[in-house]
This record gives sequence, C-alpha cells and structure tokens, in this order.
Amino acid sequence: MSRLDVKTPSKVQAIVDQMYRNMERRIAASPPGLCPVDMALNFLSLCQAQTCGKCVPCRIGLAQLNAMLHDVLEGEPDPSILDRIESTARVIIRTADCAIGIDAAELVLMGLEGFKDDYEEHIYRHRCLGSLKNPVPCVALCPAGVDIPGYISLINEGRCEDAVRLIRKDNPLPAACAYICEHPCEARCRRNMVDDPLNIRALKRYAVDHAGNVPQPKCAAPTGKRVAVVGGGPGGLSAAYYLALMGHKVTIFERHKALGGMMRYGIPNYRLPRTVLDNEIKSILSLGIQVHRNVEIGTDITFDDLKKDYDCLYLSIGAQTDKKMGIEGEGSEGVMSAVQLLSAIGDEEEFDFTGKRVVVIGGGNVAMDVTRSAIRLGAENVSVVYRRRQSDMTAQPEEVEGAIAEGAEILSLEAPIRIETDENNRAVALWTQPQIIGEIDPRTGRPSPAVASVPEHRIPADIIIIAVGQGIKSSTFEQSGVKIQRGGTFLAESDTKLPDLDGVFAGGDCVTGPATVIRAIAAGKVAAANIDEYLGFHHEITSNVTVPAPVFKDLKARGRISISERDASERKNDFLCIECGYTDEEAHRESGRCLRCDHFGYGNFRGGRVEKW
Amino acid sequence: MVNFTINGKSLKAPEGTTILEVAEKNNIPIPHLCYLKEINEIAACRMCLVEIEGTDRYQPACNTVVTEGMAIHTNSPGVREARKTNLRLILSQHNSNCTICIRSDNCVLQKMCYDLNIHYQPYEVKPERSKVDLSVPVIREASKCIKCMRCIQICDKVQGMHIWDLAGTGSRTTVDVSYSRRLRDTDCTFCGQCVTHCPTGALTIRDDTMRVLHALADPDITTVVQIAPAVRVAWAESFGLSKKYATAGRLVAALKSMGFDYVFDTNFTADLTIMEEGSEFIERFTHKGKHRWPMFTSCCPGWVSFMKSQFPSYADCLSTAKSPQQMFGALAKSYFAEQIGVDPHKLFVISIMPCSAKKEEINLPDMNSACGDPDVDVVLTTREMCRLFRSDFIVPEELEEMPFDSPLGSSTGAAVIFGATGGVMDAALRSAYYLITGENPGPDAFTAVRGNKPWKEARFNIPGAGLIKVAVVSGLANTRRLMEAVDAGTVDYDFVEVMACPGGCAGGGGQPIHEGKECAADRGNMLWNLDKHSEIRYSHENPDVAALYRTYLKKPLGERSHALLHVHGYLPHDNK
Repeated sequence: MSRLDVKTPSKVQAIVDQMYRNMERRIAASPPGLCPVDMALNFLSLCQAQTCGKCVPCRIGLAQLNAMLHDVLEGEPDPSILDRIESTARVIIRTADCAIGIDAAELVLMGLEGFKDDYEEHIYRHRCLGSLKNPVPCVALCPAGVDIPGYISLINEGRCEDAVRLIRKDNPLPAACAYICEHPCEARCRRNMVDDPLNIRALKRYAVDHAGNVPQPKCAAPTGKRVAVVGGGPGGLSAAYYLALMGHKVTIFERHKALGGMMRYGIPNYRLPRTVLDNEIKSILSLGIQVHRNVEIGTDITFDDLKKDYDCLYLSIGAQTDKKMGIEGEGSEGVMSAVQLLSAIGDEEEFDFTGKRVVVIGGGNVAMDVTRSAIRLGAENVSVVYRRRQSDMTAQPEEVEGAIAEGAEILSLEAPIRIETDENNRAVALWTQPQIIGEIDPRTGRPSPAVASVPEHRIPADIIIIAVGQGIKSSTFEQSGVKIQRGGTFLAESDTKLPDLDGVFAGGDCVTGPATVIRAIAAGKVAAANIDEYLGFHHEITSNVTVPAPVFKDLKARGRISISERDASERKNDFLCIECGYTDEEAHRESGRCLRCDHFGYGNFRGGRVEKW
Repeated sequence: MVNFTINGKSLKAPEGTTILEVAEKNNIPIPHLCYLKEINEIAACRMCLVEIEGTDRYQPACNTVVTEGMAIHTNSPGVREARKTNLRLILSQHNSNCTICIRSDNCVLQKMCYDLNIHYQPYEVKPERSKVDLSVPVIREASKCIKCMRCIQICDKVQGMHIWDLAGTGSRTTVDVSYSRRLRDTDCTFCGQCVTHCPTGALTIRDDTMRVLHALADPDITTVVQIAPAVRVAWAESFGLSKKYATAGRLVAALKSMGFDYVFDTNFTADLTIMEEGSEFIERFTHKGKHRWPMFTSCCPGWVSFMKSQFPSYADCLSTAKSPQQMFGALAKSYFAEQIGVDPHKLFVISIMPCSAKKEEINLPDMNSACGDPDVDVVLTTREMCRLFRSDFIVPEELEEMPFDSPLGSSTGAAVIFGATGGVMDAALRSAYYLITGENPGPDAFTAVRGNKPWKEARFNIPGAGLIKVAVVSGLANTRRLMEAVDAGTVDYDFVEVMACPGGCAGGGGQPIHEGKECAADRGNMLWNLDKHSEIRYSHENPDVAALYRTYLKKPLGERSHALLHVHGYLPHDNK
C-alpha cells in the first residue's frame, strides 16, 4: 500500500459521468405536461441513490417519502398521507446533516405546495391532471405553432419554396424569423436525448435564402369587412396578413416612416439585413393591405374615429418608449437611450462615434445590440456596465460572446449611481458602485446584487447609452377605455380580446411587455382567428404543401452543425450581416438529424400535424 | 410503382403503400394488435415489426411505406424475438383471466399468444387496477386494456364523440373517459362501436343474460321475446352456420327450445312504426308552416341521444314515434296481455337487439306506457343471445325451423330493411306514397336511398304531395357533418333517416365481432335480399297491423297510438 495515490477516475466513474450528461440532456428534452407527482417521485429516487447512508433522516426518511409518493400514485392511501409526507419532509429538512438530505426533502415540499391539486387528484380519484396536449416538442414550444418537422423534411428534400409556404401557414415572417428568432423551439428538441437539439433557425435561414421570391396564396372572397391594425410591427403585420387572406379589408396605421416595428427600429442591420425585411414586408403587403405611415393615434387620428370607421381594431403598438434609470445626470448631453439610438439607425440617420468612449448600461439583448452598433459606428471603446454577473445577463449568451469578440468590455457587478458632467452639461463619466452577488430569489432563480464594501468607480465616457428596458405609450388608449395594468401593459384576454371594448383586440409587446418577434407574430395569428370569428366568419388557414413521408434512420449521435459567422475583426467595421448561411451540404446533414416527432412516437397517434386553424 | 422484396419474393406496389397493406394483399401475414385500417395506424403494439435490410432497428409494417429496393423480412430471428418479448410485456400488464372473460375465444390478444406459441411469462404480471361501473351498458375493465387506442380513434374519427381519451402520463398512461369524467356523465350514446373494435375484453357490453335466465326459471312469469331485424342476418356467424341453416325460423326454434313462451318479431312493430311515422310525416308535410324542418327518424336510440345532447334545439324535429322495440313492448303489455288474459305485470318482455344503446332506451321517460312497468324489461345483444344458446349447447342445425308466434310475429319486406342504412327511409317512402296517392309505388321505386354511402341524398316526386327531399346518413361523425350543414342552411331536406352505427343496425354495437372486418355491408345486403323475396313489401299491407288498427288502435296517430306508441316530447339529456 502506497502512502499516497494520484487520483484517477475509474472506468466505471467515467461511464457514470457520461450517464449524468445524458440524463441532463434528457431532462432538457422533457415535454411539458408530464405528471408532476411522478416527476417528483423520480427525482426523489435519484436523491435517494445519492445519500451517503450515515444519517437517519436522509437514509430512511427519503426512502419513506419515496414509499408514500408511490402509494399516492399507485395505492389507495388515506388522504392524511399528505400531512404525513409534509411533516416527514419538514423533519428531514430540519434534521438532516447535509445538503443531500435537506435539498431532497425541500424538493418534495416544493411539489407538495406547488401542485397539491395533482396529489389530491391521485389520492381521491386515482387520476392524473397532467396530460400531453401537444406531442411535438418544437411545435409545442413555438408560440406560433409552426410546423417545424414538416418544413425541415421539405428542406431535406431540397424543397425550400414549399418550406416557406408551409411556414407561412402559421408565421407570415419566415425570413425575419430565420435571421433573428430566439428559437424557443430548440429548447426541448427530442434530439437532445441523442446528442444536441436541431439547429432549427439555421435551417429556416437556409430555406428562406434559397427559396427566392415565393408568391403569396390567393385571398378568400372579399367579406366587405374593414379592420384597422394599429402598429405595423411583426404582430400587426401578422394579423393584417391573415385577415387579408381571410378576405377582410385591412389598413395598417404606423407611427414611423416605415413598417417593421422593432424588427426595423430595434434590431440592427447586421442581424437582420434591411433588404430581407423590406422584401418580406413587400410580400405581405402584396395581399392588398393598405398602409398609412407617419400616423400617430391620438394626434393625427383619434381612437374613437378608428372605432367608428372600422368593423374591428387590432392594437399592436409594441413597447417602444425608453425606461429611465432615475440617476443624477441622466438628462445631460451625450446620454441617450437604446431606443433612441436604434430607432434613429432604423430610419437610416447617420451617426459617428469615431474616437468616442461609449458606456452601455444594461444586460439584455438590446444592450448588446447598441454595444455592437456603437462598435460599428467607430467607437474607440465600448464598455457594458451591468449590476449582476455576466452569466446573469438576460441577453442570449451568443450575443454577449459576439460583442466581446468584437471588442466590447463587460464590466459586471457595477451598479450605475450617477453621471458626471462638465460645465457644459456634457457627460464625462459614469460613476458606479461595485456590487457583491447575494441570495437567489427562489421565484426567478436569479441572485440579487448588494453593495460591496468597495469604493465607487469612475468610468470615463463620452457617450452613455441606457438600455434598461422599454415601456408602452399607453395614455391615449387609456383615455379611450383600454384597461392598463401595472407596468403599463394593455389588459387583454388570452384570445386577444379587450374586456369591455367590443370589437377591439390587442396583442404583442403592448400586452406582454417587451418580448420576442415570434410571440408578437403568434398574438397576431391568434387575433386574426378571433377577429374573423367576431366578424361572423370561420375562414380556415391551410397550406397545400404535402410533407414527405418520414424515412426511418439510425439514431447515431451526431454533432449539431452550428451556423458560421464572419470574423469578428472584419464584421465589426460594417453593418452587414454577421451570420453566414448553411451550405447545401450542411443543410442536408442538419435536416437529416430531425427525429420527425410529427410521425414517430405520439405524433402518428394524434397532434403530429395541425393542418389548419 | 416501387419494387421491393418481402421474404425474398419480388413485389411491386404504388408509392405510399404501407408494408402491411402490401403483405396482406400478397398473403404474407404479419401479426398486429393495435392496427385498424385507416383509423389506427399508430404502431403502438410493436407486433407488426419487420426487419429491413440495411437498417439497425425494426420498423412497424403498419405505418412504414415501401420504398424502392427495400428488402423486408417478416420472420427473421430478431423479429421473432422482438415480437415475443413485446407480447410478453403486454401480457405482464394484462389480466389474462381468459377462462372467465366474455371475449374468450374471440380475443385478438389471446389468439396472438396462441399463434406466437407463448406459454411462459418471465415478467411479473401486474394488471392495472379496474373499477367497473355496471350502471351503464358500456363496461370498461382497465386490467384488460392493452392501450391500443382503437376505442379512442373510433370514437373520435368514426363517431366524433370524443368520449375516450388518454389519461395520466408516463408509464401510468392509460385509456379512460375524457376530461376525468365518468361515462354516465358524458354524452356517450352507448353505440358500442368502441366495444366491437376492442381487441380484448377491456370494453364489453353489460351482460344481462342472468336476468333473462331468472325470468325463464320463474313459473309465474310469461316470457315474451322480440327479435330485431338485423339479428337474423348476424346470429349464425357465431355458430359458423351455412346460409341454408342461418334462418330466422331456426332462431325462433332455438329460443323456443330455451323455454321462451312467445317469440315475436320486432319487424311487426317496424311495420307499425312506418304507419305511425309515415302518417306523422304526411301530417307535418301537409302543414309545412307549422313545423321546423327536416323531420328526423327516431328509431335509433344512439342517434336520439346524440340529437338531444349535441343539437338539442333540433329535438322537436325528431319523429315522436317510438322505436319498433318500444312499440313492441308497449303493445305486448297492453294489447297482447289482454288477448291472452295475462296480468301485464307478470309479463317479462325481452328484446334481442343488434344494439347496445337499446339497453339505455328502455329506461327513458314514456317507455312505461302500457302498465306502468317498463314496457321492455331487458335487452340482450345478438352476442348475449348467442352466448345463451352456447351455454345450452344448442345445435342450430339440428333444429326444425319454426314460425314466429301470432299476432305480433308477422311482417313485411319493408320492415326487415330497418336493420340497414336507408331501410327505414325506403319503407317509409313506400307507405307514404300509398297513403298520399292511394296507390302503391313499385317496391323498388326508392333505390336511391339504399347502398353503403355514408351520406345519401335523394329527391322523389309524389303525385299530390310534390317533391320530397330526403337524406340518409349513418355513423355519428357523418351525422354531425349533416347536422352542421342543416344548421348552416347549406342543405335542405324534408325527411332524414339517421342510424348511429356505420351501415346501420347491421353493423350495430351488439352484433358478433370479427377482427379486422366490417360486416355491416354484407349483413345489410342480406336484409335487402330478404325484402326482395318477401311476399308482402309494404308495411301498410301487413294484415296483422291492419287488424291491430281495426280492433285496438283505431287509426294511426289516434288517441291510443298517441298514448302507447309516441313519446310526449324530447327532454334534453333525459337519459342521464
């Protein structure tokens, strides 16, 4: 026996480690709607296997919790079992010696409080409230319910035009989404169980880049009904598109010079090229949609006039006002909001930051958009000031990494406290208070920052851009009877109807607060369906594209093909598109990874394909 | 066309054809449990797996399409093992109490185990917990359910009622009544199509044979049995009888041999229904403005239940005439009891029906109009009757044919076609024509309403009445489409016949079950054939019906008819 050994992992441990990674991916691929009691039980079983076996509460207590949960699911226990589960879990939390037992019991307790109805349904009626409503994970998670396996299989056969046609059934902006969608569809892709989720957005980008100009379908016979859409962003355009297809006469009222909303006035050209956006909008308008640009509701035309002149209204005004920080010096020269900058860029106003030191405040996607725009405008350096850690930023990680690659500096754990100005009221520096990261809020899962015992920092700056969120311009609408909630959002039902205002519908950012393009598109689609019904019709939106029969394949693990980008050193000098699309080979390979959940598994039983809405 | 091989045999098929379809066409059997052509091709049971050269996983034959150059093997060593293992897994959750199962000897799972030579089970057997509710005619025993999903699909796609659904998630996923309800609380019509498409004994129709045996054993009780039209063309299937022996006369003889006192024919009251419903139609048609249109037939209890729950505002459009089964019960306990001088409370009326919804119909309001007791005491399905015969070891071939008893035993060709889609309409039009014009139309004047199209439309000119627009529909999903069209005003009819089961009573939920075969069309053709060879083919020419009117009822829609043979309004959901 040697006195000491170098630690080397055993072969068994290496396999178990591999299994952990597989399980992590598998959990990521869990479809929504599973029985929460069953999941709690199975997580508990895992915790139980982790106990070291020394202490009573953990070694025996977790086993007893497990047995009781089993009884709930499969036996005929007395209702008092719930009290027994709760009291046992509480004792384990208070008496276990380490986190293995404490955290496991907390998990059980969390479920007991969080889904008591499910427990009771099992105990009293031996039934489960959980159910899988939509079996295709990507379609279920796409707010607009786009037929993703359908268009991926079309791409695999090289049928890009048909892919675009199929997407348009649920989303009239395939090109915009191909470039900038946050792709919630990828999160629970079943391919996670094998290797990694499909690169769905990259495939869509390939389809729109290779489809050419795909003509729009014919509109239904004119209904004689007139609908006004207020706001020509993604939501307004989507509602207008489907309503026009249904045969209604649609007019869009837009405050800006051009349509597109945040796709134009929020997202820079290097992410979504203007030509792509302009072509897409032109295609939508080809359905005969009327547009009034530079029209402000309340000043140029009143809400009540609109209500009088049209059979129905759809409000999709977005969230386009900037939020203030309320710090000293915020009004000084050289300080601007992200909304101001991006909207001016959207209207193609010229800016030049050459030689300027730029500080951006915020940690969301908009903060990254202004950071990367400032770099492209020639700034000498750009720093992003954020009061939490970089990993806590709400911006997508690839956006943050992209900004860093282009030369941005992330100053995390710095809370802005005031802006220092010179005698001409020009901003010269941002003062920050360093923070220490603290307790995690159990509701959000995010840690809160607290003042660190470190003196204030001075960050010299010529230009300070504030990107701490957007608000909604709601006052005009409030006066006309639209109910406004705390936070300034419009109160609308999940069917987009406004309570108490007959014939008025609303959706998108103005209802949800700042969100994503695809959620606005989904709201526009929902509004179109319900406006159609409101007007006394039941037009169905379908696509005549036939999806190829699935071909069985092996399930060998294969790498996800990522989309390539132009070199940071090159791209940071212009506003041209950063991303390079897939090659034919890449598109064919990546589309071939799709597991066709529309067919295999539950899909061929029900819900695999929604052919009309 | 694509070229491929199965077990080395070179074959061709049009693109898009599944392996299973091709194999069946070429007499290459591939076992399957959950598959139901065009209704359930979900590859859940994994029994139809085949090996395809060049792939490392077995593929289900039921929903994999053949492609060019495919080399398919249905019996490779791997496939053999996979099938057996999966079958044993199914059995590990199946209550294999076959000896006391209604579907014993007619169970797809049982036959599969026999075919695959399964005779030991390495897995622990733990069937799902069952709670059986005998208060409804459709019974589900969860412990026998193999989750093939056929019931869900039949109810969704063919009947459009969405009564069954998946419940629970994960490995506890099972089939149950949708939305966590009990069957009694749903709009289930008890049509029984889920039962006749269930591969095992998980779904059955409540067995009421013991009640009949008790009545037969009671010396104070006079038993009166009626046989519905569609029963006579299906019962012999269970005994493998040739056409020569499969007659109604032999059915009468078998029932008599069991000790039933009187064996009558529901056809008699089918003729009577035509007189009442036909007269009602003429009455409504000649006072068109007083009624909402169209008028609907009311002999199918599944349909009547559907109408009341799904389109309650149209319930007044249903004919008020009771169904032949209920007219029979009402007359048996009044007219007939009087004739033979028996206390109607001591009369026990049994119906033999191709139908499971009839078991509910006898409990509806107005169905006790003769003496206050239920007009019909118990309903047996064709299958239950066959089980009674079997338990008495009756050999039908050995029995001499016997006639139905009199007076409720005579009937016409117009009555026997009540068991097939279009038959009620055809019979009603024959007599309506006569009642309006005083002359008979040709017995085959209305062939446009016959045949197995699920939704038929026809127009007939009846001199003196004008153009009559009729429609005939069967299957409840088709019926819903028709009702929606009626409601939207896109169709315009005067008279509509509806039967809840596809093909009508011939394909009813109480008929013998044959895996993978829809028998309604064949049985329906036999009924039309019986009509063709009948001496009398018009309900109004049934001499005993005429005598009944002369001596007892006086006239169609008269006071006594109204009391005994009609319902007094349709209350929404009164069967619940």
